[in-house]
Amino acid sequence: MPADLDTNLVLQKIRDFDADAIEQAETFRGELTVFIRPERLRRICEFLRDEPQLSFKYLSDATAVDRYPNEPRFEAVYHLRSLETGERLRLKARLSGDDPRIDSLVPVWPAAEAFECEVYDLFGIHFEGHPDLHRILLPEDWEGFPLRKDYPTEGYR
Amino acid sequence: MPVTLEKIPGQEERVILSMGPQHPSTHGVLRLVLELEGETVIRGKYDIGYLHTGFEKSFESKTYSQGITLTDRMDYLAPLSNNLAFCLAAEKLLDLEIPPKAQWVRVLLTELTRLGSHLVWLGTHAIDLGAMSMFLYCFREREDILRIFEMVSGQRMMTSYFRIGGLALEPPLGWLDRVKKVIDKMPGRLDEYEALLTRNPIWLRRTQGIGSLAAEDAIALGVSGPSLRGSGVKWDLRKNQPYSSYDKFDFEVPTRLEGDVYARYLVRIDEMRESLKIVRQAMEGMPDGPVRANAPHIVLPDRDSMKNSIEALIYHFKIVTEGFHPPLGEVYQSVESPRGELGIYLVSDGSPKPFRCHVRAPSFANLQALPKMIEGRLIADVVACIGSIDVVLGEIDR
Repeated sequence: MPADLDTNLVLQKIRDFDADAIEQAETFRGELTVFIRPERLRRICEFLRDEPQLSFKYLSDATAVDRYPNEPRFEAVYHLRSLETGERLRLKARLSGDDPRIDSLVPVWPAAEAFECEVYDLFGIHFEGHPDLHRILLPEDWEGFPLRKDYPTEGYR
Repeated sequence: MPVTLEKIPGQEERVILSMGPQHPSTHGVLRLVLELEGETVIRGKYDIGYLHTGFEKSFESKTYSQGITLTDRMDYLAPLSNNLAFCLAAEKLLDLEIPPKAQWVRVLLTELTRLGSHLVWLGTHAIDLGAMSMFLYCFREREDILRIFEMVSGQRMMTSYFRIGGLALEPPLGWLDRVKKVIDKMPGRLDEYEALLTRNPIWLRRTQGIGSLAAEDAIALGVSGPSLRGSGVKWDLRKNQPYSSYDKFDFEVPTRLEGDVYARYLVRIDEMRESLKIVRQAMEGMPDGPVRANAPHIVLPDRDSMKNSIEALIYHFKIVTEGFHPPLGEVYQSVESPRGELGIYLVSDGSPKPFRCHVRAPSFANLQALPKMIEGRLIADVVACIGSIDVVLGEIDR
């Protein structure tokens, strides 16, 4: 593990709160990425938002990456931001390919609502506890999930 | 079945109204579903996706350099801000240092973009609320700015002028004189606009106290840009996370506490003045030197060296036919676009094409605040609220 990970305050705080929840942590170009076990994600997020020294009150972005044909296939990706400290953090949760589902973060950050709809629409990942999960960009009767790697760029003919 | 609202039992006399997507005040193809009691909006929902073209999928089958042309077409009112976000993300991935002159030109042009974009916002917002002449004035001034873009890049709107590693080409001779003409004229023009609107009693009654958004709500809903600053949150990525040498420029971040349509109007007007300040500083302090980084395997060589050096010719061939190979990794780079935090999330698998490119569009998040703003207001205020968050459907639907 590189040296800057040992001194990182955010990572240290998550470790103190729930060390088991962390699967992996890495930095690239000064950006910290923490892999969280999907079942612990919501608890960790509530902690990150409410812990006064971190106060990640702003969810910038939520999206996903498809690692097909690798398994676990999907990564749910969240970009958090603290408006007090200016700190940024990327959280990831690995999800299996056959029935990708994860707890919705709408109860933590209402901003997640549209972003999670988009991920559901384009990747087919279910967010449990989302108030209104629907196809936000594509028509309701659209077949398949376009941003999956096994979906052809030109669509099904 | 498109987005709809279910009637509440016992309230069957309420009307469910579908507003848009073909409606001039929805700034593109936004559709709203409103539950009305008389003229009062009880609740509302938005329906988007009419412009969805799958940009994020297209990125995966284009090289990094080709991807720049797609970014122009997302937020079509601020193509250069989009170019900048994408180039900065790719440069971060490649760990590429950009020469100062290129950074200064980028700052100058993105601030002109902000000015041009805010002019379209002001014109359309005002015409929505019945101030016809504003529209004509704003588009007159915007034309001057678009002519500068045309002079520099050859295109009025789909500029693709910023490239990974710098600029497409050296800006033409005499372009700064053109810029100077515009920014000398602009402060007076802004005063004219303000004389027409800022203390106009009709304007005040249509905007003050309408579409209120508290700071906590704005933060929780992921609102950014002038809409966030209109609610009193002093947050601007140009200051809080400086990129492209913004830390070397002296400017203020205008904020207002009221959080209503009028506050967002004042914030944007003040922002235009600050942008003019930045443009002036960039023009006066423009450094000399190259406009492209010294990275032959990434940046295209100029035509001259291609004709005289075999290495340059080979690099040119490799970049055009294959592209370059960034290291394995992923980056998120955000810039302050005229509408807020525009973020590009790039995942590289080491191949010349992005494994994944996600766009965090500011309007996409800002739109989430709309249902909150219009609750309990009149239909006419809905129009004011849409205008005040300045949505561009191109970047929402992508």
